[in-house]
Amino acid sequence: MLIIVAFLVVYAWPVLHMNGWAFLSSNTWNLGNLYSDPITRNGMSVLPGAHYGILFLIVGTLLSTLIAIVLAFPVGVGAAIFLAEGVPASIRTWISFFVELLAAIPSVVFGLWGYVVVIPFLGHTLFPWMSRHLGFLPFFQGPAGSGYGLLTCGFVLGLMIVPLITATVRDALVNQVGNLRDAALALGASRFETLWTVLLPSVRRVLIGSSILAIGRALGETMAVLMISGNALNYLPQNVYAPISTMASFIVSQLDSAMQDPTGLAVRALAEVALVLCAISILVNGFARLLLHYQTRPARGSA
Amino acid sequence: MSASTPTLAPPGPAIPVRSLRRRVVDWMGWGACTLAFLLLGAATVWILTTVVARGMGALSWTIVAHGTTGTGGGLLNAMEGTLVLALGGILLAVPPGLAAGIYLAEFDNGILAPGLRFFADVLVGVPSIVIGYFGYVTMVSTLGWGFSVAAGSISLAIIALPYIARSSEMAIRQVPRDLRDAARALGANDRRVMLGICLPVAMPGILTGVLLALAIAVGETAPLLYTAGWSNFLWTGHLTHEPIGYLTYAIWAFITEPFASAHALAYAAAFFVTLFVLLISVASRLLFDENVSLRRRLKG
Repeated sequence: MLIIVAFLVVYAWPVLHMNGWAFLSSNTWNLGNLYSDPITRNGMSVLPGAHYGILFLIVGTLLSTLIAIVLAFPVGVGAAIFLAEGVPASIRTWISFFVELLAAIPSVVFGLWGYVVVIPFLGHTLFPWMSRHLGFLPFFQGPAGSGYGLLTCGFVLGLMIVPLITATVRDALVNQVGNLRDAALALGASRFETLWTVLLPSVRRVLIGSSILAIGRALGETMAVLMISGNALNYLPQNVYAPISTMASFIVSQLDSAMQDPTGLAVRALAEVALVLCAISILVNGFARLLLHYQTRPARGSA
Repeated sequence: MSASTPTLAPPGPAIPVRSLRRRVVDWMGWGACTLAFLLLGAATVWILTTVVARGMGALSWTIVAHGTTGTGGGLLNAMEGTLVLALGGILLAVPPGLAAGIYLAEFDNGILAPGLRFFADVLVGVPSIVIGYFGYVTMVSTLGWGFSVAAGSISLAIIALPYIARSSEMAIRQVPRDLRDAARALGANDRRVMLGICLPVAMPGILTGVLLALAIAVGETAPLLYTAGWSNFLWTGHLTHEPIGYLTYAIWAFITEPFASAHALAYAAAFFVTLFVLLISVASRLLFDENVSLRRRLKG
């Protein structure tokens, strides 16, 4: 783990040095003229016109993840409540298992499904309809595009992370101590009121922690996004139908071209993308683990 | 006394009648939760039926018996490659993963334990493409192995490692204390307690973790794209300098080709991968249930 980070830093160092903060804030990714002689800039040999900026990747990654979590959170928590409180314990295991199969399906299969089933449906049916009828909302107007894009990514990513939220929250609800529930019921609350006002607040740390873990998963998702995002380059999305590109999928889609760079700088610039992605996911996951750790620690002590 | 208390509740249901508003909110709440669950279930069914229907339609004898030729042919090379890479990755990941699990479970207060546990957790969250990229730059390009089985398997092993470590830690931790004490009372030393008692009892739990890691390894694409490459031919046994095919690549690469034969390969590959991953999930779930009941038996 440390080796990976250290290695990425060392490998990306020349580019880090050259790009500075502009790497994060500028919006042009250009390998430069591959057929001309390298020039020297800041003591490094660079292709003329080469410029590395990944603002559009950061925006694409964050927006698609935001849409994913906004879609996934209510569905995930709702399904968790249904599984924890709405079905008898004897069949709960198997129904939960069925839903959590979603988590086992490989990313690339989600991508395939998105590519052959979801995109034609969204691109030809739902997006034009939304563009016509929801045009009064700020980001829902404008051309409906082809189906490849931000909202499609958000939808498929959301589906991929729902089972994470459902599984964690369901476990937390099932393992909740009975006293709280009994006390609330004895005060005359209905079962749903008990759940809403007593049980859910008591697991709020799990709610937050599991969502952050899910966000971490969505941030780093590669294959599905690669197949359905439209892989936009140097382009900031103007509405929710626009094509995007995320950091993870960009590494895959650009490594081939980056290898053509005789100075080797482009591959190092991709290392910097990987580094930024790695840093974000470590921060996000570390934070989520800390939250979940404090929630589950008493339980672990008694076990 | 009863005559002087006119506020006594009239005879009727023991449960107080709730106001209409509360009942409506109740119904809407349960309705929303049920709807959320149904949405999720429908999506699962939708994906699975898509994969199964299209995959079954694409199956033929050629697919399982021949290698890939351009955008057609079969998937024998890819099936073999997936097995080689995934098994290789798991074989590499089990010894260090198990060792880390034993350490975490037995030396809870060891100097390395908190750091190791934290890094295992964070490593789970590192995007697999980052690990693939790391593998590309280190093994494929710097060490000069080229696209190869070795680079692919090691990348998969890095991904599988934290899963195996954490699940073996959990499994060993849950071995009842009485069993260890009994073994010690009979004069067993640390090594015999671990090898003779703890590991056999924890085995279903450890195997569950290994199976899940295997499922993840089979389903991974991103870390293999730039470490294992792709090959139309069967593996000839070289660890380095020989690219190898695998099923998930076929899904990604062939679905965007404009040929029906390529689509058939992609659907068939998706069918195999999904089938395999689901079988492993069901198997590990059964194993896990057995594990739970075994522990209960030992405790009771």
